[in-house]
Amino acid sequence: MTLGRISLVVCIVLLALAPLTLSPFRLGLLAKYLCFAIVAVGIALAWGQGGMLTLGQGVFFGLGGYAMAMYLKLKEAGSAGLPDFMVWSGVEQLPALWKPFGNPVFALAAVVLLPGLVAFLLGLLVFRQRVRGAYFAILSQALAAAFVILLVGQQGLTGGTNGMTNFTQFFGLDLTDPNGQRAVYAVAAVVLGVTFLVAKLLVRSRFGRLLVAVRDGEDRVRFLGYDPAVVKTITFTISAVMAGLAGALFVPIVGIISPALLGIVPSLELLVGVAVGGRFVLAGAIAGAIAVNYAKTLFSEDFAEGWLYLQGGLFVLVLVFAPKGLAGVVESVRYRLSSRKQTPTGSGSGSAPVEVTA
Amino acid sequence: MGALANQLPIGLSIAAVLLLIALGLTFTFGQMGVINMAHGEFIMAGAYTAYLLQGFTSQSFLIALPVAFVVAGLMGLLLEWSLIRRFYGRPLDTLLLTWGVSLVLQQLARDIFGAPNVQVTAPGWLVGGVDLLGVRLPYNRMFIIVLAVLCVVGVWVYLTKLPQGRRMRAVVQNRELAGYSGIATGRVDRFTFLLGSGLAGVAGVALTLVGPVGPSLGTFYIVDAFLVVVAGGLGQLRGAVLAALALGFLNGYLEFWTDASLAKVLVFVAIIAFLQVRPQGMFVLKGRTLV
Repeated sequence: MTLGRISLVVCIVLLALAPLTLSPFRLGLLAKYLCFAIVAVGIALAWGQGGMLTLGQGVFFGLGGYAMAMYLKLKEAGSAGLPDFMVWSGVEQLPALWKPFGNPVFALAAVVLLPGLVAFLLGLLVFRQRVRGAYFAILSQALAAAFVILLVGQQGLTGGTNGMTNFTQFFGLDLTDPNGQRAVYAVAAVVLGVTFLVAKLLVRSRFGRLLVAVRDGEDRVRFLGYDPAVVKTITFTISAVMAGLAGALFVPIVGIISPALLGIVPSLELLVGVAVGGRFVLAGAIAGAIAVNYAKTLFSEDFAEGWLYLQGGLFVLVLVFAPKGLAGVVESVRYRLSSRKQTPTGSGSGSAPVEVTA
Repeated sequence: MGALANQLPIGLSIAAVLLLIALGLTFTFGQMGVINMAHGEFIMAGAYTAYLLQGFTSQSFLIALPVAFVVAGLMGLLLEWSLIRRFYGRPLDTLLLTWGVSLVLQQLARDIFGAPNVQVTAPGWLVGGVDLLGVRLPYNRMFIIVLAVLCVVGVWVYLTKLPQGRRMRAVVQNRELAGYSGIATGRVDRFTFLLGSGLAGVAGVALTLVGPVGPSLGTFYIVDAFLVVVAGGLGQLRGAVLAALALGFLNGYLEFWTDASLAKVLVFVAIIAFLQVRPQGMFVLKGRTLV
């Protein structure tokens, strides 16, 4: 517990020092990793705590991202103008779907509500029918596939394959200026902190225990009088909202949103970090997401092909040798150290309960 | 009307390919609880087998079919023996594990054959088509349909007439009881994997008739094939056949009526709606386990 507190403080200090020491480019990368970490918290909630393997987080990430991108594009185009990509693809009038996104309040609400609503509907329809486990995973993956094809197909509405890019302003911040970038980084760090806190409180609450119970014995929970579908739907919705927030932050930080970031493979990549870090521990999932994405940048800079081997291999290795991820490894090492310390004293005093707990 | 009928062989051939792919998935999923994301790469392996064999003899396309079956089947066997065996009872982990394998296999294909797509020249007797009652029937599509029918009949004979197939059905229905009755369930598992992966390889050869071959060939079909498994119900033939037909036609016709990008969304909505009525797919294996 104290170790956890210490590492938490160390992490906060490191995140706070980063803008002072890192170059704007590196800081932008770190901010991007923080976005993925926000998604990872949501995945750890749904998958680690709730047992719902969601292969479609890219959809919710994308819904949040596109909602934000649409607002930023309209803001840039001014009151009369059209977003640049619409001009290129020959759209002459602003589509009705786009109009409300000119309002910042509506856009911000959409960032949260769009992913939440889609997840809520899907969860309600699927979980109520007791479609679960692998079936749910496959359906969420099919959603990701369909979503990307839809985005690519609706060129005039979404920018097609290229998506949307060239964002210069973010609520009054100049994104081309290092100070603006630092401010956006700070926003991402704060959102990650809040997300982590919310998830932590949720896990510790009565609801969190119920969620774990649903994961480990859905039928038993039902027999006790709870409705597992409600518990799962709420959790899935929360995790989708987290992904949506991350997507909305991703847009000003990286400066692009496109279908290539949201499909089946990117959605699965979001899971890699969580699996490596440890899906049952929130902090582990965050650390894993940041570490894996950092490794990806590192490898992509030098040899891009190697990354796919490494990513695939890493996944296989973690699943075979450490199914609980690095957090699981840390836990078992800590457990072994503490039991080694205890064993001599325990056997010396000859107290039986120590043997039982150890 | 003519255009509508012309879409028929296309819808049927999509269904045929989906079926060939889904057969392996539904049995590995139903029998072992394994979700094999690397199944798509067995399709790719089959397609590249056809690519490598072309030009050796005049009938190399026909030779490619059994060779692809063996190549993909052995890859499946190796995967089962080396990794999946350790993961029984953890379906979600097998999904992620096999996805990792699939990434590695795709990159391997990219390194061996190059990233650009390659083309397999169809044999002369499959070029062209015939007009029947005003409907254009392309030979290559007809061949795929006939191939799928032959494979399904083969699987059906295997499952119902041969002792090995009966053992397999026994394991699908009740693994423990089958084991107590003296069936070597591990060996049956391995053989199921060989068979399912082999059929994916055959599907890969068939796909070379309708499109180019690339390292990501499998990823285009794997999701739809999984949807066939979900809609059809686990581990049996008729559900897979019916669901593949339904999805093939739905895909073929919706793409024709709306546009391709909306079609996928509509198919997804249709499946969610269908699951409201039959949450476990068209056919459910009756058992006494709580579901």
